[in-house]
Amino acid sequence: MIAEYGHVALIIALCLSIAQAIVPMAGSFAGYRTWMRLGHSLALGQLVFVAISFACLTTAFVQDDFSLQYVADNSNTLLPTQFKISAVWGAHEGSLLLWALILAVWSAAVALFSSHLPLVLSSRVLSVLGAISVGFGLFILLTSNPFARILPFSPTEGGDLNPLLQDFGLIVHPPMLYMGYVGFSVAFAFAVAALIGGQFDSAWARWARPWINSAWVFLTIGITLGSWWAYYELGWGGWWFWDPVENASLMPWLVGTALVHSISVTEKRGAFRSWTLLLAILAFSLSLLGTFLVRSGVLTSVHAFANDPERGVFILAFLGLVVGSSLLLFALRGPVVQRQQGDTEAVSYSGLSREMMLLLNNVLLISAMAMILIGTLYPLIADVLDLGKISVGPPYFNFFFVPMSLGLMVAMGFAVFSRWKKTDANMLLQKGMVPFLISLSAALILPLFLAESISWETYSMTAVITLGASFWVVTMSLEDLWQKLDRGSSKAASNVSSRLKSLTKLPGSYWGMQVAHIGIAVCALGVGLSSVYDVQKDVRMVPGDRVEVAGYEFTFDNLSFVQGPNFGASRAQISAYKNDRLVAVLHPEKRKYEARNQVMTEAALDAGLTRDLYVSLGEPLKGDAWAIRLHVKPFVRCIWLGGLMIGLGGLLSVMDKRYRRRRKPSTQSGTEATAL
Amino acid sequence: MNRLPLFIPFALCLALGAFLFFSLGKDPLDLPSALVGEPFPEFVLEELHEPERQVSTEDFDGQVLLVNVWATWCFACRIEHPWLNSLAKDGVVIVGLNYKDHRKLAQDWLQERGDPYQFSIFDPRGILGIDLGVYGAPETYLVDAEGVIRHRRVGVVDERVWNEEFRELYQQLVDEANDQ
Repeated sequence: MIAEYGHVALIIALCLSIAQAIVPMAGSFAGYRTWMRLGHSLALGQLVFVAISFACLTTAFVQDDFSLQYVADNSNTLLPTQFKISAVWGAHEGSLLLWALILAVWSAAVALFSSHLPLVLSSRVLSVLGAISVGFGLFILLTSNPFARILPFSPTEGGDLNPLLQDFGLIVHPPMLYMGYVGFSVAFAFAVAALIGGQFDSAWARWARPWINSAWVFLTIGITLGSWWAYYELGWGGWWFWDPVENASLMPWLVGTALVHSISVTEKRGAFRSWTLLLAILAFSLSLLGTFLVRSGVLTSVHAFANDPERGVFILAFLGLVVGSSLLLFALRGPVVQRQQGDTEAVSYSGLSREMMLLLNNVLLISAMAMILIGTLYPLIADVLDLGKISVGPPYFNFFFVPMSLGLMVAMGFAVFSRWKKTDANMLLQKGMVPFLISLSAALILPLFLAESISWETYSMTAVITLGASFWVVTMSLEDLWQKLDRGSSKAASNVSSRLKSLTKLPGSYWGMQVAHIGIAVCALGVGLSSVYDVQKDVRMVPGDRVEVAGYEFTFDNLSFVQGPNFGASRAQISAYKNDRLVAVLHPEKRKYEARNQVMTEAALDAGLTRDLYVSLGEPLKGDAWAIRLHVKPFVRCIWLGGLMIGLGGLLSVMDKRYRRRRKPSTQSGTEATAL
Repeated sequence: MNRLPLFIPFALCLALGAFLFFSLGKDPLDLPSALVGEPFPEFVLEELHEPERQVSTEDFDGQVLLVNVWATWCFACRIEHPWLNSLAKDGVVIVGLNYKDHRKLAQDWLQERGDPYQFSIFDPRGILGIDLGVYGAPETYLVDAEGVIRHRRVGVVDERVWNEEFRELYQQLVDEANDQ
């Protein structure tokens, strides 16, 4: 019965979202305030019913209701309870329901926290969100119903969740990622509402900015978690594969990053208006495109679940409708948005200014996104055009992405010091002098000590470039911070305590920028150094063997058999020594999951800030020998540390007091008449 | 002001939409496989008809054979199927790789259309598919007596494709295997 309740709740939620899409929008044109206000209650109602539906599906999983096709395919009585819950979003149908739930959460959040917005704007935003939710509701109910039954002969045991997904990473990674994807729907809705109303100014940017930043924070953390999960769970020691699904998450992130920067120009200077709107539309469109690529079966990837062309047609039609209509609206209404009431003079800025720096940032980020988009879709496009059959791999992506990232980092260092309107080039060069010398010496000297031995063969240019770029960003950021503090303390420049006192006076968004930029440097450091100094050995070992890898001695102590809740595993014990001192005892496993008879490699790792030891079991060989892969990965952890710092930076910016302090004036200025 | 540039994103979006639509309708891609000349990837998976039976490359038994990737959701597989049946009748050994499918549906499908496969590997999650670099169904691999992949065809294998791409190589491999 519970499944039927869930199904009915989902249908009710769909009905509510249809009303939410139509009523407030109609009200905003007709001027009926009650209709407009209805959007807020409908959004909350929709959240309640989608949540009920989601809870029902979760209950079906926990109670092992294998009469549901979806549960039977993805769960098993032996599956530990936490994985039964995460199995809800372990495959296609359930992950769409999670999408719908998260969309409802964002809509409800907009409904609750938009009291300071003009009613016309907030009602239109909610209407657009309602329309998106209609699309997803129909998609779930018509093509991917998780509540479909297998009757009358339902299985007594389920097929089990894919062992790859039986992991803590899967519990947290998809919800975070979806919070980011779907969060951009709010940015999208704000953009569409602005286009419809023709009101698009600094006030709009200030209202939309916290929403955009929070979506971006979730996406950043989601991608970081995904990469971390791939690293320890797939057992290959890689952390990014340029897989279509990974690209699908990186593209909205790049556009979102561009948006986060361009909207600051719109807020502070009123410039880049159409561009900001276009980015807001684009970020969400790419999130939808990602969904299409993963779900339609046009591309095969590590992450793809059930592929079904029928679903592909539906998503494509939905994608076309959402993206096509919003871009058409953009083309038709763009000129209205650019000519704002109250704009007496055009916003001007010179060739060297913060505006130009942010424009450069946007150009680089969007080019990076475009080249990933082309690389991801090229096999499809080439096939349609009969240009021959070429698959695009990591070399292509690295070839473009690495120089662009380095360019971004160089510009980032200068950008911190740049001023609005006009910046003195000599000032920039002067400020850059000390950081440049520090980074140059760090870049030239440090690789000598990072390599195993001091010699030309091991001296790596990649390491020099990585260190140089990272130090550059960090030292420039710190110099700016130091000077900001200097200005904060009135007379005694050398007085440390007064400088520290002025730390607290800097706004949250400034701290956010600093933390995120340094996060980029930390992440780049991890990427570059781990790729240069990574040492990997595939060896054959019998218990008692000792192998040396990059200064570490690994001994294969013993092999045992352990029984897990739903798997049996061969578990090796491998000790790592450095200079004859025990540093880690590792237990890699080769698991066999009973329900699917699937073999999984469970790597073991000893994590550290400066290096990871990573051991995975290959195949059993003759006798009691095993093929074993031993990795020493210097600084690999910095990749995810940097990712988390970037997310933290975004969070600090969201919490900036400015967005709450102005609540009062904005309710006054945002009268309904101006927006119509 | 000139309004035309504002339509550029819309035009790009239409073009992209058209590509995606056509790629939906098309057979998946004929990508040159990096695996040609490499041993068939190791796997241990269930047999389609006998869930308790585990199949692996050992079941290839040193025969020259075709591994055909198929699924019930794959429309092109229906077109391909009669030719596979007739190949099997002529003594060509074919192993099925049932890809991202439901067991019951797949069994019914073979019952209805005839079963050309010596056995079928059941790979509902596409695990072996990833190792093989399967781009979509149908795909066909020619494996020699040593278990090395010698040719890959993405898309339908019909009489024409068989004659153009497979027949000669297949015969040659069978002859070599018989000589030894």
